[in-house]
Amino acid sequence: MTTTTKDRALQSVLFSAAADCRTLARRGVERLRPLAIVLAIVAGVGLAGRHLGWIDAYPDSWIVPLKDWISAAMAWLLHECNLGLFTFKEMTRSISWLISWPLKGAQGLLYQGIDLSILGGSWRLPHLPWAAVVGIGALLGLSLQGWRLAAMTAGGLLYLVLFGQWESAMETLASVIIAVPLGALLGMVLGIISARTKTAEAAIRPVLDLMQTVPIFAYLVPILFLFGFGPVSAMIGTIIYAAPPMVRCTLMGLRSVPADVVESGLVSGCSRRQMLFKIFLPSALPEIMVGLNQVIMLSLNMVIIASMIGAGGLGYDVLNALRQLKIGRGLEAGLSIVVLAVILDRLSQAAARKSKMRERGIGWTRRKSLAAAAAVIILTGGASVLWDGFYVYPESWSVTTAPFWEGAMTWINLHFYDFFYGLRNLLLIYILMPVKKFLVELPWAGVVAALAFISYRLQGVRLLLVTVGLCLFITVTGYWEKAIITVYLCGIGALLSSLGGIFIGICAAGHRRLTGALNLLLDTLQTLPAFVYLMPCVILFRVGDVSALIAIVAYAVVPVIRYTLHGISQVPTPVLESSRISGCSKRQLLVKVQLPLALPDIVLGINQTIMMALSMVVITALIGTRDLGQEVYMALTKADIGRGLVAGVGVACIATVTDRLMQAYISAIKHKTGQTP
Amino acid sequence: MRNIRMLCFLMLTGVLLLGTAIGVQAKSPESEDPIKISTHDWTSQRISSRIMGSVLQKMGYNVEYVIADYLAQFSGLESGDLHLAMEIWETTGRDALLKSLATGDTEDMGKTGMHAKEDWWYPSYVKEICPGLPDWKALNACAEKFSTPETAPKGRYLGGAATWGGHDEERIEALGLNFEVIHAGTAAALSAEIKAAYERKEPIVAWVWSPNWVPYKYKGEWVEFPQYTDNCYSDPKWGSNPDMRYDCGKPEGWIKKVAWSGLKTKWPGAHQAIGNFRISNDEMGALISEVDLEDRKIEDVVSQWMKDNAATWKKWIQ
Repeated sequence: MTTTTKDRALQSVLFSAAADCRTLARRGVERLRPLAIVLAIVAGVGLAGRHLGWIDAYPDSWIVPLKDWISAAMAWLLHECNLGLFTFKEMTRSISWLISWPLKGAQGLLYQGIDLSILGGSWRLPHLPWAAVVGIGALLGLSLQGWRLAAMTAGGLLYLVLFGQWESAMETLASVIIAVPLGALLGMVLGIISARTKTAEAAIRPVLDLMQTVPIFAYLVPILFLFGFGPVSAMIGTIIYAAPPMVRCTLMGLRSVPADVVESGLVSGCSRRQMLFKIFLPSALPEIMVGLNQVIMLSLNMVIIASMIGAGGLGYDVLNALRQLKIGRGLEAGLSIVVLAVILDRLSQAAARKSKMRERGIGWTRRKSLAAAAAVIILTGGASVLWDGFYVYPESWSVTTAPFWEGAMTWINLHFYDFFYGLRNLLLIYILMPVKKFLVELPWAGVVAALAFISYRLQGVRLLLVTVGLCLFITVTGYWEKAIITVYLCGIGALLSSLGGIFIGICAAGHRRLTGALNLLLDTLQTLPAFVYLMPCVILFRVGDVSALIAIVAYAVVPVIRYTLHGISQVPTPVLESSRISGCSKRQLLVKVQLPLALPDIVLGINQTIMMALSMVVITALIGTRDLGQEVYMALTKADIGRGLVAGVGVACIATVTDRLMQAYISAIKHKTGQTP
Repeated sequence: MRNIRMLCFLMLTGVLLLGTAIGVQAKSPESEDPIKISTHDWTSQRISSRIMGSVLQKMGYNVEYVIADYLAQFSGLESGDLHLAMEIWETTGRDALLKSLATGDTEDMGKTGMHAKEDWWYPSYVKEICPGLPDWKALNACAEKFSTPETAPKGRYLGGAATWGGHDEERIEALGLNFEVIHAGTAAALSAEIKAAYERKEPIVAWVWSPNWVPYKYKGEWVEFPQYTDNCYSDPKWGSNPDMRYDCGKPEGWIKKVAWSGLKTKWPGAHQAIGNFRISNDEMGALISEVDLEDRKIEDVVSQWMKDNAATWKKWIQ
């Protein structure tokens, strides 16, 4: 063979490479142009700021005292607002009185016993023995799915028994099993209302956004004022926090009922009520069950915060243990919350599948289940009479691993501190401090202008107005600098989470066993109270931004991993096959096919990660950050309603702006890859 | 239709409310309703609440412990949702207490006998690193030994939560200290760092208060600042810095009980017993150590105390 052909081949390769480079460069410039414009805007406004001070730093005298107005309005609502026959406060108080009854019932049944005074004598109805609860749990697992679920449920509950967590766990369970149905019901009702008319939906949606993004601490004080101190207020806070996903899921379910099903209902002459209960709700059941699952998870997420305003139970144990620096005990109590969450989650998922099975007549009948439950109660009750230990597990028999964890913590502290301290200083000096300094010194007007430009490019005038409006809210109420510090910490947290999460997701995708283990880890990270790992962080990394950052990453990394896994597994098999046939290497397959197709999912995951990072601001305030979260926390301890709400809405504004921009970006990519019209 | 249902609901809640209101009024002065005692998340407060609660139970009252936030609880005490708070510290709760008493809805139930102290504190081994302690000038001279990258060349002083006040930033400026305040955010974070530093024998100065388990578990001393007087906090001319206030240590002070003002008429016997409650720092310190250091349950520690000190609490009742 001749050199000429070789040369020619080489030439053509070089030529095409050069062409590639040129197009790449051109595309690069195109991509970079918006970035350049953004930089130019910020720099230009910054230069202008040299001459006009108000552009650089918003003057204090221009701050609108919105928080004072809100405080005044709340004071009026509490002390003076009269609805005719009774005052507003009396109305809210009677609501909390009503809710307190089922709560008392559940508490009595699970751990307190119920005092009854009938026929002049007073009787004490004993609570369920632990053995009965374990038995019923196992039965539920068995009837809903099978032996595996039964063993898992019983095993989890036995952990609570063995580790001496039973009474606290039952206290938490009592408030969760009342809060979850109430939250789910509220969510369903709101979902049904918003499914009826577009106006209702338009009115309810922003409320939902606020409920989900305003930190809970911000509305705890008004709740305390209106509903009184104690577990009921904590439960109402939980319901507000946990209901929104249910509304969204119900709405989605109702909207996606197939048209022919609706028509068949109409043709057979269903009334409006029949349509709802016989047609719409049953067909929307799968989505509603997803919502229920979310309500359960979020309710358990609230356990710690609820314990700060009056709910006892596991959350209170965690707080107390950590205040005494009993890290091991805090961890055991925290893991009990995880156990409850996982049990409730798996049982509710099984129940959702079961409701489909029941239509086909598989599984246990209701009568059989009830009979079995009664048998368990009678049996364990009898056993308790014979031996007390079945009723209340003897304390001296409980085990603990706490000394091990405490010893391990001390050992790590003594032997590896230099490593951790070096890592901390590295992060602090080379990443955190410079970024913070840079962000704080940006002129606010420049940042707002740049964001406005980006919004306009992505979607148009409407998005621009939303962005500018929300940013101005933060500025006008005087929280710009605190908001920027929030953005700095959460932004770096979200960035690190996203990078790490996508990497983990890519590595784990396709390995079934690894994914299973990873899922359990993710469930744990999502329900284990952040406080449990925040304190070890402080021991190793000291108080400050690094500890806060680690806590944020540990919590916020979850969704991006989940969505990456999901996105990669959703790539259609024919696409994979055809890529393989056309000779893609494994790496090419990943970079050129799987990742681009999974990108919308991944971006959605990043979006969720940002939301989770923002929801951590109040938790990290507990170790002394100086952002909006700290502002909300301070307002809580000073019982300053207006300040807490305004700062809380400030956090919600950051969340909303990011969310809208990310959503716009997702639809832009989807448009490009042609996944949706 | 929906409006009618709504109206029915509102009427029903109104009737229920009226019923409970009448029910409350119909009771005799010594009511069987539970006396609600607020509990917080630090040990001495939980112990003193539990002791008071146990004494009231011995007297035949019903008692309920309600978890509430230290400062947020005042609104509950004013509205009668809560009836008694056992520990309001002069050092952290003075302003909130005075503000609440001014409404007339709460009543000052007198001192508990415990004495609150809080100030800059260091573990004993720090003395070897920084000779001349506990004098504050000596501390200032070796400030650099306490520095970290984010505070360098200044020393790092670990302060309390931003909500605790304490005027540490002002103190540093007024006394010309080469330190920077890093706020711990919570008591848990504060003690976590002290624990970590203590284990490694590393220099640390931090905000510590007593009665609390930290100074019982870890040996250490208070930094000696110029003695606090009221003038120091109000008059700039006082002290070494003629232009600034806060050029002295922190005030020490009482720990008081506060009650809902209706308690006196509803449970007069309880009112008297609460007023008589007294416990000393040493006694409380011993109880705290048993709970926090020896890991015993508060319920057990308190019932033991009730047995051993029957003479003491029986005097409160008479």
